[in-house]
Amino acid sequence: MSEGFVNFSGITAAMPAANINTDAIIPIPWMRTAHADLGKGLFAVQRYDDAGKERPEFILNQQQFRSASILLGGENFGCGSSREAAVWALVQFGIKCVFAPSFADIFYENAFRNGLVAGIIDRSDLEACIALSGEEGGDPVFAVDLLNGTLTHANGRQTRFRIAASRRDALIRGDDEIGLTLRYADDIAAFHAEGLANYPWLHAPLTSKVST
Amino acid sequence: MNKPAQSLFEKIWQSHLIRHFDDGRDLLFIDRHVLQETTSARAFEGLVRKMRPVLHPELSVATQDHIISTEPGRTETTNPQGRELLTLMRANAFANRIRHFGVEDPRQGIVHVIGPELGLALPGAILVCGDSHTSTAGGLGALGIGIGTSEVEHVLATQTLALVKPRTMRIVFSGRLPAGVTAKDMILHAIGKFGIAAGQGHAVEYAGDTIEALPIEARLTICNMSIEIGARLGLIAPDEATIAYVTGREYAPRGDMLERAIAHWRGLVTDAGTNFDKDLAIDSTMIAPQVTWGTTQQDVVGIGERVPDPASFNEATRRELASDAMRYMDLSPGMPLEGLPIDIAFIGSCTNARLSDLEDAAAVARGRKVADGVRAMVVPGSMSVKRAAEAKGLHTIFQEAGFEWRDAGCSMCVSMNEDVVPPGSRCIATSNRNFENRQGPRSRTHLASPAMVAAAAITGKISDVRKVMAS
Repeated sequence: MSEGFVNFSGITAAMPAANINTDAIIPIPWMRTAHADLGKGLFAVQRYDDAGKERPEFILNQQQFRSASILLGGENFGCGSSREAAVWALVQFGIKCVFAPSFADIFYENAFRNGLVAGIIDRSDLEACIALSGEEGGDPVFAVDLLNGTLTHANGRQTRFRIAASRRDALIRGDDEIGLTLRYADDIAAFHAEGLANYPWLHAPLTSKVST
Repeated sequence: MNKPAQSLFEKIWQSHLIRHFDDGRDLLFIDRHVLQETTSARAFEGLVRKMRPVLHPELSVATQDHIISTEPGRTETTNPQGRELLTLMRANAFANRIRHFGVEDPRQGIVHVIGPELGLALPGAILVCGDSHTSTAGGLGALGIGIGTSEVEHVLATQTLALVKPRTMRIVFSGRLPAGVTAKDMILHAIGKFGIAAGQGHAVEYAGDTIEALPIEARLTICNMSIEIGARLGLIAPDEATIAYVTGREYAPRGDMLERAIAHWRGLVTDAGTNFDKDLAIDSTMIAPQVTWGTTQQDVVGIGERVPDPASFNEATRRELASDAMRYMDLSPGMPLEGLPIDIAFIGSCTNARLSDLEDAAAVARGRKVADGVRAMVVPGSMSVKRAAEAKGLHTIFQEAGFEWRDAGCSMCVSMNEDVVPPGSRCIATSNRNFENRQGPRSRTHLASPAMVAAAAITGKISDVRKVMAS
């Protein structure tokens, strides 16, 4: 991560089904190369027909949601495969925040490593936001305030989302996780050296019993 | 003063703690890092961008498993679609002095199969890999943690991870398993009972006399599917069977070091009186061979049961998901699963492609023929498994019955290579995910044990292996 998170207002799209897995978020055909156009591959099976044409009924193909930057998801969002490409696809499409009642563990971790806000929101609040954004003639624009943990609709209605303070601050600063850890390089080296004495079968270089 | 009772998980976590951060996370030392071709390329790119070296290449190992062809005698170029990622894995390993068990190496295989097999995964170790089924190593009493690509980069650069300590959960299996019921049925049953998100935010310990009686390969199968119950890691306390399994493996400790290690491993147990944040129980005597009917692993029933009526679920969201799943799977409420015709039978994956799995399937295939019109394939979990199976003559049994006998890789579990279920086809598989489109666009997947998949291959329909064996 390099850029810090800045509060913004954006278009909200709702995909509130429970258990949306990472296979659905970024299907396997987009995983076969190191630099696929993941934004294009986002939800590809739902988004395109067999000929590659957009399915008009899919929410992100609809005129008012094509530029969505906020996604409202259901329980256990991002379950299944550990593929970080699921997060990259959301980010490359332009999604900056996903709000859902719960997230799968690995997806949650991957999200923060890419500056994607994964905020926890109660089911009832989720439904209320969907009603405001999705109804015929509704307005899908919400403002996200990360520091205060609020999602505010254009009509003024405010919804709270939850995010650990440390995660929130790291997003705002745009922390480089590896850089932060490397500040403790001496501690890591000392731990490894101590391990060589106490648990050599774990810390010594891997050696084959077969001489190679 | 008495030490407070600690779980096995907490003991291993504590012994890897470098420091505790103010933000609540723990910085942990990572003993082993296993890499594969589809989740590592961008991690190496990130290192190059920042000019960061790999800190401990001597504790890392790489292989090619996800996109590699499984055609017998394959090379890196057999599946042209895989060439980029396969070449990058080999090149990145070479550039960073990481051991690479590529397609040309006799040790090549699925990451989670070769980890235990080569003695890379050890009791009490923390092993990570950019793949959600890394929890497999928990079957040896290790913490196997599945990670994303940014974390792969983090481990390469620092040999650590900063993680929030998960809550603890235990599932106790009690009683003797009925005949024809396997570890796969145990874990599928548990997921069906507790749901696919039950383990979210938790580390699961599997315990009880049923678990203690399981051979090591079966324990690996149980821990493999921890992610399918929502947990990033799952483990089983090591015992004498574990020590016997590990001893003599290629990268396992030897001599005096082994003696010291064994003394340490014997202390890796959950203390009596330990409290778990979640403590669940299962009566193993009530488990039947399981088959999934829907598009998540919690959509599962015993072979004698019928596809449930969505209306029977309490939650509205579950009712809706069940209806959608039935439409996708082309099933109707109340219909029996037994007798449902299948097109493909797939025996493979990190869940169920070890020697004992192939033996289970071969016992069913022996002297029988695959039904007309069914494609049946066996994809060993590693080339070592393949050689061991051939030494026992299993390949002859499979080939005479009409099964394909392929080379090692993830194959039709993730369908990243050319092993794909055609649209609308119905596949019964020993793998771990029955998600929509998982095995190919519009593929329909039923998960089951190796013996159940072999039985379906023979009869051409989903069958009760106990009846097939009796006939």
